[in-house]
Amino acid sequence: MIEFRDVSKIYHVGGQEVRALDEASLAIREGEFVSIVGPSGSGKTTMMNIIGCLDVADSGEYILDGLSIDRYSDRELAHIRNDKIGFVFQNFNLLSRLTAEANVELPLIYQRITMGERKKLVTEALERVDLIYRRKHKPFELSGGQQQRVAIARALVTKPSLLLADEPTGNLDSKTGAEIIELFHELHKAGNTIVLITHNPDVAKTADRMVHILDGKVYEEAIS
Amino acid sequence: MAFESITANKIRSFLTMLGIIIGVIALVVLVSLVSSASDSVTEQVATLGTDMLTAMVLDDKGYPLKLDDLERLSQHPSVGQIAPLTQMVVNAKHGYTEEKSTLYGTLPSYGEIHHWKLKQGRFLRTSDVDNSAYVCVLSIEAWEKFFGQSDPLGEKINLGGRDFTVVGVLEEDTSLMSAMTTSVKIYAPYTVLTRMSAMRDGISNFIVTPNNPKSMDEAEETLHSFLMRRLKNDENAFFVFNQSNLMEVVGTVTDMLSYLLGGIAAISLLVGGIGIMNIMLVSVTERTREIGIRKAIGATKSGILFQFLIEALVVSLMGCAIGILLSFGLLQIATLIAKGLITFNLSLQIVMIAVAFAIAIGVLFGLYPAYKAADKHPIEALRYEG
Repeated sequence: MIEFRDVSKIYHVGGQEVRALDEASLAIREGEFVSIVGPSGSGKTTMMNIIGCLDVADSGEYILDGLSIDRYSDRELAHIRNDKIGFVFQNFNLLSRLTAEANVELPLIYQRITMGERKKLVTEALERVDLIYRRKHKPFELSGGQQQRVAIARALVTKPSLLLADEPTGNLDSKTGAEIIELFHELHKAGNTIVLITHNPDVAKTADRMVHILDGKVYEEAIS
Repeated sequence: MAFESITANKIRSFLTMLGIIIGVIALVVLVSLVSSASDSVTEQVATLGTDMLTAMVLDDKGYPLKLDDLERLSQHPSVGQIAPLTQMVVNAKHGYTEEKSTLYGTLPSYGEIHHWKLKQGRFLRTSDVDNSAYVCVLSIEAWEKFFGQSDPLGEKINLGGRDFTVVGVLEEDTSLMSAMTTSVKIYAPYTVLTRMSAMRDGISNFIVTPNNPKSMDEAEETLHSFLMRRLKNDENAFFVFNQSNLMEVVGTVTDMLSYLLGGIAAISLLVGGIGIMNIMLVSVTERTREIGIRKAIGATKSGILFQFLIEALVVSLMGCAIGILLSFGLLQIATLIAKGLITFNLSLQIVMIAVAFAIAIGVLFGLYPAYKAADKHPIEALRYEG
């Protein structure tokens, strides 16, 4: 489902060449729960950006759902992100002015789905994360865990091919963090493909498979 | 969505709108004031009769103009009616009421030219003129002054030592001319006045109407050549005044005034537009993360562009709407202050211009900030710490 073939990404920082990804190769099958771990500066953020179609590789090939992502325009990439990727961020990244349900509705608006259909999908997604009773609340009226669950609902609402979570427990206390990880496991059992990016080994270990990144190279480690 | 971001920061949105509001008020109110005032003046000038020529003789070269001369001029096919007008201030007396009044001497045609209506009795007749009859027609002010509300017909009034029989009372004259002269007006046959004043100077002031509205130019030419012939080809011995020229002048002046004031107001609208651009730029920077989030979940460049463009348009159009409402109120107040003299109307044309301007400004000054927003890279925008 996801395939990296010798993907390289080079940044130029102050005249210096930084190889954020150095001929990295990786394959993730549909329905897998994979964690990507590595210290900061290892290239895991770059990998996430490329997986999430926010950035494109300089060389090599990235294939998502059979689509070779390097060939698309900004506009097409926006549509691919909208259709296939559900993002969950460390700092939730909800729009503070909008209510929980309006936040969840947002990706559907960009898909030009009719209002009645949107209402139905939003309700489904919020029920999935047990927050239907908070749907009229704005982010600042919700706890961190609740905000992250709204963010997960937003990621789920388009029924994406892939849930891409970047340090989803980084801003949460350990108990709430564990609840969120538990939610990811439930979603995985329901058939979702999940890629979890973290530097926390305890979180990473709960996945089916762990992928280590170090200096832009991929090292795999299977979990028994 | 545009409304949410505008209501999220009410004071700022209002202040941004204020530039547009003031600009629209300036544009709509100033232009409406000028056009209403100009309509009113034009209307007043029209009541003087645009279909008439006024001739003044300044130097008769020793050959005073007589009624016979005017009679001959009126034979010309292009000329309709002619009425001389002479005036003198007399002491008017009826019973115990005494008042200085202006006595006008003229012909029956004068009333016809002005389309005067009578409240009571009749206007002057040709027989009155031919017989130099001591009869007079009162203006409504004169009637009220000397007779109160009582029937004046057949009553005598003493004018400059002579008794005149009142034969008619005019309806109220609402024209500009009557507003300019406050004196009490009384009309008598021309021949009576020449006799009373022992006037041997002849006619110095008369009005001419064309036979029909189309023969105006021809009538003016006829009048001009008649006076030239009569006054030894001296251009400076007389003066012909065409009311429709006055209308044109009034029109030109008010049009220029409209353009001038409209132009100044348009500049203030432009300044309002710059205010919108300024705030939009700040807002785009502040909302960098929002833009990043939106892009991550699937907003395209054009989606973001339209979002911010519509926000600019909404601010601009809301400002425009508020401005038009306030303008309407201000014009109502101006009408109250003018005490019915002039009715200030919101001109639909200028409202449409204001709306068009607001749209143009919203788009023009919203485009650059919106483009800046749309052009942000999603990764950098997501990383932005505001």
